Amino acid sequence: MSYIKDYIEKLNGRNRKALSIFLTSGFPDKNSFIDLAKQVLNSGADMLELGIPFSDPLADGPIIQASSKIALDNGIKLKDVFSFSEAITGGTIKPVILMGYANPIRKYGVENFLRDANNSGVKGLIVPDVPLEEYDSFFESGVHKIDVILLTTPTSSEERIKAIDEKSSGFVYCVSITGTTGVKENFSDEVINNISRTRSLIKKNKMMIGFGVSKPEDVKTFSPYCDGVIAGSAVIKSLLNNDNYDTTLKLISELSRACE
Amino acid sequence: MKTNYNYPDKNGKFGQYGGRFVPETLLPALYELDQCYQEIKNDSSFTSEYEKLQKEYNGRPTPLTFADRLTEHFGTAKIYLKREDLCHTGAHKLNNAIGQILIAKRLGKKRIIAETGAGQHGVAVATVCAKFGLQCVVYMGETDIERQKPNVFRMKLLGAEVRPVNSGSKTLKDATNEAIRDWVTNVKDTHYIIGSVVGPHPYPMIVRDFQSIIGIETKEQIMKAEGKLPDDIVACVGGGSNAIGIFYPFINNEEVNLIGIEAEGLGIETGKHCATLSVGEPGIFHGMKSYLLQNSEGQVEEVHSISAGLDYPGVGPEHSLLKDIERVKYFSVKDDDALKGVDLLTKLEGILPALESAHAIAYLEKLMPQKSKDEIVIVNVSGRGDKDLAIIIDNLSK
Ligand SMILES: Cc1ncc(COP(=O)(O)O)c(C=O)c1O
Repeated sequence: MSYIKDYIEKLNGRNRKALSIFLTSGFPDKNSFIDLAKQVLNSGADMLELGIPFSDPLADGPIIQASSKIALDNGIKLKDVFSFSEAITGGTIKPVILMGYANPIRKYGVENFLRDANNSGVKGLIVPDVPLEEYDSFFESGVHKIDVILLTTPTSSEERIKAIDEKSSGFVYCVSITGTTGVKENFSDEVINNISRTRSLIKKNKMMIGFGVSKPEDVKTFSPYCDGVIAGSAVIKSLLNNDNYDTTLKLISELSRACE
Repeated sequence: MKTNYNYPDKNGKFGQYGGRFVPETLLPALYELDQCYQEIKNDSSFTSEYEKLQKEYNGRPTPLTFADRLTEHFGTAKIYLKREDLCHTGAHKLNNAIGQILIAKRLGKKRIIAETGAGQHGVAVATVCAKFGLQCVVYMGETDIERQKPNVFRMKLLGAEVRPVNSGSKTLKDATNEAIRDWVTNVKDTHYIIGSVVGPHPYPMIVRDFQSIIGIETKEQIMKAEGKLPDDIVACVGGGSNAIGIFYPFINNEEVNLIGIEAEGLGIETGKHCATLSVGEPGIFHGMKSYLLQNSEGQVEEVHSISAGLDYPGVGPEHSLLKDIERVKYFSVKDDDALKGVDLLTKLEGILPALESAHAIAYLEKLMPQKSKDEIVIVNVSGRGDKDLAIIIDNLSK
């Protein structure tokens, strides 16, 4: 049984959708990052997705790109990501997931990476540039105790969605739109139809919706079709625009309330 | 071993290299592209249209020119030049753009995007978009916009929108990132014409096949001129499309030495270079596994070359395989030597090469002293140097 799945199931059992908040590791500041992460959890996030900064983040729009660059300029390395994870997971049952591009993970050694992630309390991993086709050769020595979460998108066929569900563990990450990460004003009927189609095809895992989730209304829009939502760019944007964390934490508590 | 050289495999791999390391959104489009390509490549209505355009629009076959004064200068093997500089638009890039625009048409795509470094690929794509009446957006790094201005004007004149990219090193790598992001967003109505043998499968294969026309012609032409195959073929390597284009038809002719020349910029020891195959190590970047210039954390390095078309930290996956199996040898040439190569070819042969191609010319300084009079060396002149005049004048007057 997957820790993450079990955890989301318990939340759902209490009539709550899971709220996962994306933070870029070591952004905006290296020294206060652990404190920020803990405050995010205290403000109502149920899970944390920690981004591993990369020089060429292909799946990300300008907001997360900017945060990734700042984190790299702050000197963030993989060992920092693991020590953040360790410090954050030490004091909570809330799952921490890593999201990182293939090359830094490959360079560290996939097996070493999974071992160190596990040792620092990480429960799941998302690698947006390792799709189904590359999964087996990338994770050739297995995934150990880490849930690897694959993504579905509006372009995924029924067969692919089923295969993605089969390969994933914990939850499936349903990408709401065709595009990179970012903040959206509103979602079309097509987006909703696709999400509901995806929902009906996912049997093995929980399903969380991400990309473009930025306000409580979005959470309400998506809630009927998922087990949880992921907010990233809206949070990063708020951190970019505000010197103190209060505005961002307020946003998170509003999103959290919308999950009830 | 090499007589059954047959790559990529069904997973889009060249040995351990290649693959499809891209976000899920793009996978269906990559399958659709692959399927369309498999269907048309043996379909006579496609091949006849393709060949007609290559002949009547691009001006193929390009000549294989005997470089008598250059030969005399070195005093060893005979040197021939494959004249891709004479392609319409001034470089080999149009060979691929013609093939891919025909694919885009069959796929029913209305909008075309491309990345460009030197602007030669951007110009080639803008050209075929003008010819076929399709909307064209070209991503180009701000550094490259500055150093390849004539091509920026040409693209605009051709009706393309040139979108400046100001992330990272503001060069080809970053333009490619932005083009991929655009494709992820607009994949439904957009075809991405990649300009080199890079990116996710099936691009490295498709671009190679379209560029192989260079080598196919070269083989016929040298047999006609000399009655035998060459001893060496030299080509510059950025992403590697002009090189694979001329090498590929000779891969099974093991007696032919194939030599790829990367840009060494200011020198390996300065860290300001793009000698990916010479000093990089395998990595995952721009949708492919291939050699990559990266730091100890797996972050992609910011690289340098005087030539915008070679200024790229990655390289096509097939070149990674060809390096590992030692079928192709890769060396590198510095900025200054490339400039000397420009001067040499211009003065002795009256041919102004692109700075990219000048890297291959410059390598003759190393190669020719090892050759004998009865041998034949072919250099691929991938493009002409008009676009580089400002840089060349600037540097030669220093
Ligand atoms: C004239 C010329 N040669 C070579 C290149 C390098 O590309 P490739 O290695 O794909 O041939 C370029 C790229 O812009 C070019 O314009």
